[in-house]
Amino acid sequence: MAKSSKKIDLKRRKFLLAATSATGAVGVCALGVPFVSSMSPSEKAKAAGAPVTFDVTQVSNGELKTAEWRGQPVWVLNRTEKMLSSLDDKEILTDPDSNSPQQPKNCQNATRSIKPNLLVMVGICTHLGCSPSPKLKDGGDMGNNWEGGFFCPCHGSKFDLAGRVYKGSPAPTNLVIPPYRYSDDKTIIIGESDSEKG
Amino acid sequence: MKKNSKTQNKSVGLIGWVDERFPLSSFIKNHLTEYYAPKNFNFWYFFGALALFTFVMQILTGIFLTMYYKPDAAQAFASVEFIMRDVSFGWLIRYMHSTGASLFFVVIYLHMFRGLMYGSYKKPRELLWLFGVAIFLLLMAESFFGYLLPWGQMSYWGAQVIVNLFATIPFIGPDLAEWVRGDYLVSDATLNRFFAFHVIALPLALAGLIMCHLVALHEVGSNNPDGIEIKDTKDKKTGIPLDGIPFHPYYTVKDLTGLTVFLIVFASIIFFAPEMGGYFLEANNFVPADPLVTPSHIAPTWYFTPFYSILRAVPPILGSQFPGVAAMGLSVLIFFFVPWLDKSKVRSIRYKGILYKKWLAAFVVSFIILGYLGTVPSNIWGQFSSIIPLLGGVDVATFVARIFTLVYFAFFIMMPIYSKKDVTKKVPKRVTM
Repeated sequence: MAKSSKKIDLKRRKFLLAATSATGAVGVCALGVPFVSSMSPSEKAKAAGAPVTFDVTQVSNGELKTAEWRGQPVWVLNRTEKMLSSLDDKEILTDPDSNSPQQPKNCQNATRSIKPNLLVMVGICTHLGCSPSPKLKDGGDMGNNWEGGFFCPCHGSKFDLAGRVYKGSPAPTNLVIPPYRYSDDKTIIIGESDSEKG
Repeated sequence: MKKNSKTQNKSVGLIGWVDERFPLSSFIKNHLTEYYAPKNFNFWYFFGALALFTFVMQILTGIFLTMYYKPDAAQAFASVEFIMRDVSFGWLIRYMHSTGASLFFVVIYLHMFRGLMYGSYKKPRELLWLFGVAIFLLLMAESFFGYLLPWGQMSYWGAQVIVNLFATIPFIGPDLAEWVRGDYLVSDATLNRFFAFHVIALPLALAGLIMCHLVALHEVGSNNPDGIEIKDTKDKKTGIPLDGIPFHPYYTVKDLTGLTVFLIVFASIIFFAPEMGGYFLEANNFVPADPLVTPSHIAPTWYFTPFYSILRAVPPILGSQFPGVAAMGLSVLIFFFVPWLDKSKVRSIRYKGILYKKWLAAFVVSFIILGYLGTVPSNIWGQFSSIIPLLGGVDVATFVARIFTLVYFAFFIMMPIYSKKDVTKKVPKRVTM
């Protein structure tokens, strides 16, 4: 007993120290998990994304109204013939054919909508999440070349009347088209697509 | 002699009783009455003490604001208006807090500029500088979290944009932003956690870092406008630096004078221009937060605008906004590297050559211009006409911001080269007044 206490086994001590520290570190990490995950969206927040219905007859021709879905503005724009013809100008757009997955399959077309005139779109800029201002009329304070569209006040991104982003804008992609379906001729349900009727 | 010094150190009575149980007298000696600071401090040396004063004031006014403020998306805006209108002297406490936030940054920026001018980051003060930059970073976070609390339009959309900066980080970005918000958009959950960060987490961390900053300062001793180490020339008998004077009473009294001037400015702002023409409190923030409508012009508060300008100046690369975000982050983090970027043989600008002076001037000019551009829309100066090749249709202000972003970074990146090449003057042994 007395003999062994004279000689300190440094190797053993080092190993025990490392093993204890490592075990302790694992414990601290494990304890961190509940705290970190407590900051993720709660069950209540996850459940709040229920679909909303919207009566499209209240939007007259050339007018824009805003619905609220998942706390975000969803624009319903009833486009006139003139507005629709402005969509043909593809030179100025980054992604004119909507190749990036910013819309449901049934809206990947020239007008980015189910019915050509009626645009349903999330009014949140794909850059840093501001809500662009509708500048539906051509010209005006947007300059003579403006054919109507949306202008984000935060960092100057421009979009056409189908929410497709202009070249040179800070926003990387087109605006998002949410999943939606017509429950009858007059009503849309935002947040549900035709394939997954609720 | 030995007996004499013993009786000098030993205090009697209540202080003596405390000293046997707690190092009270020795603490006061080490950090105040026998802490020797260089005798040649000029007015630039007020700002450290003023920053500490502002910190304490923010804590105190903050405590009283939390007595009435409600961190709830449905009640927050109204509770701030309640403080302003119905709480006795609530308007004063709130304006002290909001003005204090802006003046904190004024003081900190001047304090940092002092450090750059006199080389206060150079060996052996590197760690002191690192603590300082860390305090600056936390302070930015602290003011960002605090700005959401009034739940006005600018609060809301400012937080929306800043949190979305995280979403641009490749791969983990969107999940990270969601985790920070605790929801799919800035909401009640976000407000509540920002409140927790603002009133407890960050103030605690700041207090700890400020203590480390001061401990490091008192370990290495203060720098001075000449950048001369006063500990190198000591009185042979007493061991006290010949160019040092006790912090108390000399600098406590001097700092009180500085504080008086500061308080005159502070009170003038609170009583005559608490919103400072929209720079300290923005007009849009007197409108309750509306998640469906972004105000037509949003800009951060003035102390973030130089960095915000850098964010806007960098164009998206490969359809990703991340380069701009990375540049903005780097523009702040790059301060950490200054002690190792400066290769000059001398500390103070007084003995540095014309090269360093020119670069520092260019940096200050770019900081101010970027700061201004960050407060205005990017189309403020119109666009280049299409006659000019390449630049046709580009916003003039964006182009100018890009130039000054390059100058801003060049100040740091070129520093190893120009600080080495610079022809320095001979540094005297003793400080000059």
